[in-house]
Amino acid sequence: MQQMPWLESAALSILVPAGSQRDPSSLPGLANFTAEMVQRGCGSYNSREYVDQLDRLGAARSASVTNSHTRFSAAVPADHLTDVLALYKELICAPHLPEEQLEDSRMVALQELLAMEDDLAQKLLRELRKRLYPDPYGRSSTGTLESVQTMTHQDIMGHVANYYVPENAVISIAGKIIFEDVIKAVEQSFGDWQGAIQTELVETSPPEGHHHIQHDSSQTQIGIVYPSIPYSHADYFLARSAIGVLSDGMSSRLFTEVREKRGLCYTVYAMCHTIKNHGCVLAYAGTTTERAQETLDVMLAQIRRLGDGIFEDELKRLKARMKTGLIMQQESSSSRSVSMASDWHLLGRVRTLEELSDLLDQVNTEAINDYLSANPPQQFKVITLGQQALDTSKAEGGKV
Amino acid sequence: MSIVEFRHHTLSNGLDIVAECNPNAYSTGLAYFVKTGSRDETPEISGVSHFLEHMVFKGTPTRTAEQVNQQLDEIGSQSNAFTSEEQTVYYCAVLPEYQLDALELLSDILRPLLRQEDFATEKQVILEEIAKYDDQPPFGAHEKALALHFQNHPLGKSVLGTRETVGALTSTQMLEYFNRRYSAGNIVLAMAGNVNFDAVIAQLEDQIGHWQNYDTQRDTPRAQPNSAFHSIEKSSAHQQYIIQISNGPAAEDGNRYASRLLGLIFGDESNSRLFWEMIDTGKAEYAVVEPSEYQGTGIFLSYLCCQPKSTQEILDLYQTLAGDIQSNGVTDQELELAKSKVCSHIVLRAERAASRMFGIGNNWVQRGEYATVQESIQRFQSVTRQDIAEVLEKYPLTQCTSVAIGPTKMEHK
Repeated sequence: MQQMPWLESAALSILVPAGSQRDPSSLPGLANFTAEMVQRGCGSYNSREYVDQLDRLGAARSASVTNSHTRFSAAVPADHLTDVLALYKELICAPHLPEEQLEDSRMVALQELLAMEDDLAQKLLRELRKRLYPDPYGRSSTGTLESVQTMTHQDIMGHVANYYVPENAVISIAGKIIFEDVIKAVEQSFGDWQGAIQTELVETSPPEGHHHIQHDSSQTQIGIVYPSIPYSHADYFLARSAIGVLSDGMSSRLFTEVREKRGLCYTVYAMCHTIKNHGCVLAYAGTTTERAQETLDVMLAQIRRLGDGIFEDELKRLKARMKTGLIMQQESSSSRSVSMASDWHLLGRVRTLEELSDLLDQVNTEAINDYLSANPPQQFKVITLGQQALDTSKAEGGKV
Repeated sequence: MSIVEFRHHTLSNGLDIVAECNPNAYSTGLAYFVKTGSRDETPEISGVSHFLEHMVFKGTPTRTAEQVNQQLDEIGSQSNAFTSEEQTVYYCAVLPEYQLDALELLSDILRPLLRQEDFATEKQVILEEIAKYDDQPPFGAHEKALALHFQNHPLGKSVLGTRETVGALTSTQMLEYFNRRYSAGNIVLAMAGNVNFDAVIAQLEDQIGHWQNYDTQRDTPRAQPNSAFHSIEKSSAHQQYIIQISNGPAAEDGNRYASRLLGLIFGDESNSRLFWEMIDTGKAEYAVVEPSEYQGTGIFLSYLCCQPKSTQEILDLYQTLAGDIQSNGVTDQELELAKSKVCSHIVLRAERAASRMFGIGNNWVQRGEYATVQESIQRFQSVTRQDIAEVLEKYPLTQCTSVAIGPTKMEHK
């Protein structure tokens, strides 16, 4: 919880431990299908009445399935928080899961899969994610055409019983709130929520090597991934800052070298991706077929160059940007509640904005460069989608 | 008493400055709205407004492109730019202590050098952007539908331009366009959040007071609605995408509040008529209708995505649902829910200085007016079912131009 008395709004994020990592290996996409069914009526409301209630409260809302959780988020004018909490309690603890709407939900899930086939960047990222981490951490939430076609009402009911439970669940609330009132409201609505997770996750190795997906498109989609450290690691902010120098802002290395100087593409970026116990860096660019090889080579060269360290002025600019981002979080109850929920999941506690600001102040060029020299970027996997496979020889081997 | 204060000042050269100042805000948003876009282009320079927007970041008499980028980052700004049919907007969100630095920098880049060498490199980036949208749903159907609906109207042209028009553009043509459109009197600076308004005015009189002001005309005829159907085959697509455009209120029309609410009731992403009939049932993947307002004319734009085999069913269902709302109007409950939805969203959005800045700038550019958050809410609250019926009568949702693209080639009606 965080009190932000200067705002008019309050926002909540509820993480339920029904992430795609918990999908049975024979039924990928089950959490996603379940989330669709869960939103079709609960408690004393049918689905239409339920959504009408949310609209009456002015709730700006979303629901999504990540690898670790199913997430329900809503922002409302602050005096509606208690009502909206009670509504979400019904959704999570008393969904109707109406059997007669199973086929409609199946169509929704199938449509989502088909539309994703047309979104080439998404399609690439999906392949990339598989290669980031051991299974089940690289799974996408949408499943496959086959699995969605075979899911039964029994599967959905079982999934809710097993994973819509308070163990590993997080409720995070920020905005114009008073702690005591919110505690009382959460106690009242979620106080009797029971259950625990009964299954263990089994890790298996991700696919090795590079991969190309043939597709008749104007642009080639390029993805690069390599191992890094998770958010909970003591050196995380050093690793994160190095990637910031590589990709955050208009003066970052990738933007400057790939787009500004060479005009190779419109979109190019790299980012730290993190789950609880693993982390990696992923980089992306989309560019026309004939310029794809040069784009890949320049990206790899810039990523490897990080091993030689970064410069003082680059870090100074990055820190200014990050500071702005931290302070601007105070303008939004939604973004604050989302980051608090994510902190709790990844760290088991919340980093306050002051703590984050101190951590940022402590980061310095020397520490980053020591980290980079001990952990130079390597073990790249290159995934491409387009008319032609690319020469990946520059991705092999260690530091050059 | 609210501590939020609206300020307006016109520089001696005609440049308008509008600001909603809130001394308690954590950040400052500032944006230059240049009243120029694809509707101000001739066919042979189609795409020049957007290309110019990129070139503006490429250096000035006193700064290289690299310095521009570095300095935007040094002040920790979240900055970017975009181009639409009638605006080119350059914006920055910063911490309050950097607002004058950000202003100095944004003002400087609005008088760009337009070097030939940068022009050639950046042209490649624009061509990549065009290629990116070629590969992305709805694969150009949006531009095609606008062209069909507007026909020879200036709003029928694509913002990005085509490979051919952008490929053939010269920096001389761009300079000519810049000189014709970037007059001081054709630019509005909008600010919101923690704004030191007096310091802003003083700095701008000094820095940009010499910018020239000259006549920048724009034709704003009302469009003649067209109902055509066009189908494009794209065998590599998995889904069918349908764009439909019907006539709607213009930016200056009073009934645009009613039309916004009508859009939500008929085609919002959630809890709308299209949602319950098409999305909840799994018949379509996506179905949204939104009004867009321009000077002198407006549209309702619908975007549908479904399985190829269901295309005709979805087109027919759309017509049935549009026909139903056309003849029976909306219910009291639908209207009340749409109002609480829109009013809550106005309050939530207003918490961010940057989103407030866009709202204030847009309102000033389109109508020369300012409305507080409360006034905007009031205007939505006062809409009646009769107002919505009038919008429907004047702008029937059933009469539309449709473009379908995907694996299924449809018969032209």
